[in-house]
Amino acid sequence: MEASGLGKRYGSTWALRECTLAIPAGHVTALVGPNGAGKSTLLNLAVGLAAPSTGEVTVLGGRLPGSPAALDGIAFVAQDTPLYKTLSVADMLHLTRNLTRRFDQAHAQARLAELDIPLQRKAGKLSGGQQAQVALTLALARRPRLLVLDEPVAMLDPIARHDFMATVLAAASADGVSVLLSSHVLTELERVASYLVLLARGRVRLAGEVGDLLGRYGQANLEELALHYLRDNPTGVAP
Amino acid sequence: MTALTMPAAPEADASLRPVPWRRMAGIIWRQHRVALTGVAVLLGVVAVLIWIAGTSMHHSYAIAVACQPPGSPACQEADLAFLGSYGFLANGIMLQVLPVLIGAFVGAPLLAREIETGTFRYAWTQGFGRWRWALAKLVSLALAVTGPAWLFSLLLSWYYQPYFFSGNQSLGLTEYTPFFPGLFDLHGVAFAAWTLTAFAIGALAGMLIRRVVPAIAATLAVYAGLAFAVGGLLRGHYLTPLLTTSPNVPGSAWILGQWWTKGGVTLSHATMDHVFNSTMPTVAPTGPAVNGPAGKDQAFSSMLQYLSQHGYTQWTRYQPGSRFWPFQWIESGWLLALSVLLIATTIWLVRRRAA
Repeated sequence: MEASGLGKRYGSTWALRECTLAIPAGHVTALVGPNGAGKSTLLNLAVGLAAPSTGEVTVLGGRLPGSPAALDGIAFVAQDTPLYKTLSVADMLHLTRNLTRRFDQAHAQARLAELDIPLQRKAGKLSGGQQAQVALTLALARRPRLLVLDEPVAMLDPIARHDFMATVLAAASADGVSVLLSSHVLTELERVASYLVLLARGRVRLAGEVGDLLGRYGQANLEELALHYLRDNPTGVAP
Repeated sequence: MTALTMPAAPEADASLRPVPWRRMAGIIWRQHRVALTGVAVLLGVVAVLIWIAGTSMHHSYAIAVACQPPGSPACQEADLAFLGSYGFLANGIMLQVLPVLIGAFVGAPLLAREIETGTFRYAWTQGFGRWRWALAKLVSLALAVTGPAWLFSLLLSWYYQPYFFSGNQSLGLTEYTPFFPGLFDLHGVAFAAWTLTAFAIGALAGMLIRRVVPAIAATLAVYAGLAFAVGGLLRGHYLTPLLTTSPNVPGSAWILGQWWTKGGVTLSHATMDHVFNSTMPTVAPTGPAVNGPAGKDQAFSSMLQYLSQHGYTQWTRYQPGSRFWPFQWIESGWLLALSVLLIATTIWLVRRRAA
């Protein structure tokens, strides 16, 4: 994903300003920051659910978000993993299969069987962790090049969280899917993230590969890095 | 946990053909089957009631019409039996709510629920594309709602047919004008057109208000306002009304206004009331023969004769019954245009809207 001078304003409040990024493909990118930092805004701009107020953003090598190519290559799982609560899991599979060009039905069904999620149950009656897994399965079955996740594990218990992140990691490593996910819980991302973007109050504070950043700032892990950086540079921009 | 199978190499996607439209058909049915089934059940139940009431009403009408000689006590009884069978469907008020119920409960939640529950974040990031998705849904559901409504209105036209027969007055039966405000938009093509309009209002309200319950309420309010404005103010003027001074206005005519003039000056109602009250005793003396429908008619026509002899003219502004179908087409035509405009606006908003 590439952004230059990207900004988004809601009314008179700037949710995101002067955002310039170049996130390379093939990474699991963690988008972190305190609540209200602009993470959801940035993700909405990347998947085409919002339009920039200033600047521009392109995805998948120069495509506009919301264009057919971008919609095809990006799978998005929003916060609270929206599914149609009154439809069964099988119906959700049918929906997703018919709304996209590529859909791996066999894989999706195998995965759901593995997770013991009954296909005939209504999505609203599944547990939070199961709903998240269904949404993730649907997204991955679309064979995207980029998987975008907005606070995917915020509402999940630790076991569900672990399973979810393990699935994401498997997809990233085995299938070469780039992942962009946001969270305000840094400990979860330690094992998975290879690229970090730190947002605070609508601006990018840090961006870079995890190894580089940890070395440069001499911190042991991401959480320390983020806390250290935010404390020392409350308003500054990353050098 | 098994690893995912290797995906096929990503296609060169310089020009992607859009996902075909027909895929939406199954999706729309699965997502909206509750609403569509509800509409079918509602119309079905009411249709059965109308069928039952209608067959008995047509039967008693046939008896009343065939009865000879008209005016005899036996025939008057048959007339009363017919009149008594009007029942709750007589003035059409109950049935007026059907278009707006269908439109509000199918149209308003369409987009409002997507936005309220956040599922648009799923639906609008799929490969199909958001405005094509909205277009497919709006058009298919509009047809799915208007088609059955039109079929239903055929049944209603059959039901109300005896009311409008032009021989009714001479037989002593009530004759309604087909323009009767509560009945005009229940038959012909107007019923289907109003249902479509209600749906379009609901869809736009849902997109603007973004919450299901307020959108339904707004749809009901806007539709009610529009229906009253059209029925009360606009409908009478689709074509320039005719004027006549003849006292015998056919029962099938829709009377828009009546007034009296004398010597070219229009007289107010108060003045005319005074004139009536002062001339009544001299023209129509009371007596046993006067009480009864025939007696009252006699008194009334003597009064009219007296007044016209003394220079009073009654003017009637009306629409003749023969204009019924032109009016139906005019009304349905502009309602259709309005619905298309509302749906197009809704789709434009979907295309434009930022999260």
